[in-house]
Amino acid sequence: MIEFEGVSFTHPNGVLALDNVDLRIEKGETLAIVGENGAGKTTLVRHVTGLLKPAKGRVSVDGVDTRTTTTATLSRKVGVAFQNPDHQLFSESVEAEMAFALKNFGFEPDVVAKRVSWGLQTFGLEEYRGSSPLILSGGEKKRLTLACILAWDPDAVILDEPTVGQDALQKERLAGTVRMLGAAGKTVVIVSHDIEFLWPMQPRVVVMKSGRIVADGPAAEVMQRREALDSARVAQPQLVAFGQELGAKPERPFVDALGARRFIEGRRP
Amino acid sequence: MTSILEIESFGFRYANAPRNAVADFSLEVTEGSILVLAGPSGCGKSTLLRAVNGLIPHMYNGDYSGDVKVAGRSVKGSEMRELAQTVGFLFQNPENQIFMFSVERDVAFGLENLGVPHDEIRSRVDEAMELLGIASLAKRAPHELSDGQKQRVALAGVLAMRPKLVILDEPTSLLDPRTAKELVELVARLRKELGTTFLIVEHRLELLVEVADKMVVMSGGRKVLDGSPQEVLMGDLAEGYGVAVPAVTKLQKMLAGDGLVRGDRMMTGTELAKTISQAGH
Ligand SMILES: Nc1ncnc2c1ncn2[C@@H]1O[C@H](COP(=O)(O)OP(=O)(O)O)[C@@H](O)[C@H]1O
Ligand SMILES: Nc1ncnc2c1ncn2[C@@H]1O[C@H](COP(=O)(O)OP(=O)(O)O)[C@@H](O)[C@H]1O
Ligand SMILES: [Mg+2]
Ligand SMILES: [Mg+2]
Repeated sequence: MIEFEGVSFTHPNGVLALDNVDLRIEKGETLAIVGENGAGKTTLVRHVTGLLKPAKGRVSVDGVDTRTTTTATLSRKVGVAFQNPDHQLFSESVEAEMAFALKNFGFEPDVVAKRVSWGLQTFGLEEYRGSSPLILSGGEKKRLTLACILAWDPDAVILDEPTVGQDALQKERLAGTVRMLGAAGKTVVIVSHDIEFLWPMQPRVVVMKSGRIVADGPAAEVMQRREALDSARVAQPQLVAFGQELGAKPERPFVDALGARRFIEGRRP
Repeated sequence: MTSILEIESFGFRYANAPRNAVADFSLEVTEGSILVLAGPSGCGKSTLLRAVNGLIPHMYNGDYSGDVKVAGRSVKGSEMRELAQTVGFLFQNPENQIFMFSVERDVAFGLENLGVPHDEIRSRVDEAMELLGIASLAKRAPHELSDGQKQRVALAGVLAMRPKLVILDEPTSLLDPRTAKELVELVARLRKELGTTFLIVEHRLELLVEVADKMVVMSGGRKVLDGSPQEVLMGDLAEGYGVAVPAVTKLQKMLAGDGLVRGDRMMTGTELAKTISQAGH
């Protein structure tokens, strides 16, 4: 549903941030984009809703070229929670912030009210309903932007560094939300260098380096490729490295600590 | 050993807030140590840091109780200007901190504000840039730098003030794992070379386990755990308080419960794999 064909982009200061990128993201897929700071991940994401237009090549959503439509139209289909929530929050209250896009997209007032309540509850923000978004902590702001987007129920969501400022429990909840979205048939793209967060979800993994895609495949396969990851300065999940040292079968990596424990107990004499 | 920071039953409620952001919090930090502060978001970590660098009570209104002393002087009774010479603060997002036309102007900014003589500024700025390995970036525009480089520029600006205590609020959250590790190594080196004390709020604890002397966990504005990183992470309570226990440590705890490996000292993945292989499992 989201497709990049030979896309290149140079920032005004001359930095080539995307270099001939080909990427096809299917409907319903959960995809992780990883890579070191400056690899071009955010630049890629900004192309999906047409905030940036490719200098070369083509970006399309459901077959529609981003150059021929508006960011508002594209946002209805693809909700993006940006890396820096400060650039996305501007209403006088948390409640108004959540209602803003819903109203713009023409939802009925009673639907708006229901969805606002759903979002505030699901993301633990109920107590801030009447507060200014500005007093929220960084992690709370990130959850608010995500709640706002999910409220209008787009087909695809893109989360740029969603775990920044989130503690372990919230990350677990976030992983649960991602799984729920996947189960509901949504397309989910997660941009993150938090490998430990991504690994248990076993997404398709795209590795970026200097504006190029240098690896693309299932997590279980890509995360075994230590050299490719090293050259892109991406860390290997702890349990994958551990499994390799232990000589576990690479095609059945340890997804979580319980899996590793089962393997070890199975080998006991 | 002398204390650089003494927090005595500190509590704070922001004006208009329904309840305290921090309550009855006490802590002593030894000069030259590295302390990590962890806990769920909203538990009061940033509030506590603001009480150390003076933003609370000097810039935020609210109900203040207890006392916070830096280098023996009460923060309440000190001016922000004085505090700035003892306590350095690195914001979570370096973009909030660097804004000049060149890296060296940015590093010099705090010193210029204090009215330090020109020659002194020059030598301190050069020294800080040297220390952080950014001397070659001196004339570059900060907004052209990578996030890791920006972080270093901001930290150089902090260190140029020669603070005794440096506060880092989630310093690695914007950094990729390699760059984050480099920052942590840098902190360890600065502590050793300059004897600087570091107070660090961080969620990615696996990075800090080896360099931190002490770990404090907060929940609901209160201190709930306090010990060495080993004690806190290998203990039974950390996960319940929302502390991110590394996957390999979780596994070690399970295996220790099964009687396969030791449970008193945290191991790296490599050590754990070796131990298990040697034991013939
Ligand atoms: N607004 C901008 N102006 C100029 N250069 C930029 C801008 N945004 C990003 N860049 C540069 O483009 C490259 C890719 O950045 P980005 O897409 O933000 O990477 P990532 O999200 O992977 O960290 C980097 O070299 C970065 O410095
Ligand atoms: N400026 C402020 N005004 C009112 N309440 C605030 C302000 N800053 C933080 N809070 C509230 O204080 C509590 C602790 O927040 P904070 O210290 O930022 O936590 P942490 O840094 O652990 O995420 C939270 O409930 C937060 O909403
Ligand atoms: Mg980015
Ligand atoms: Mg905080």
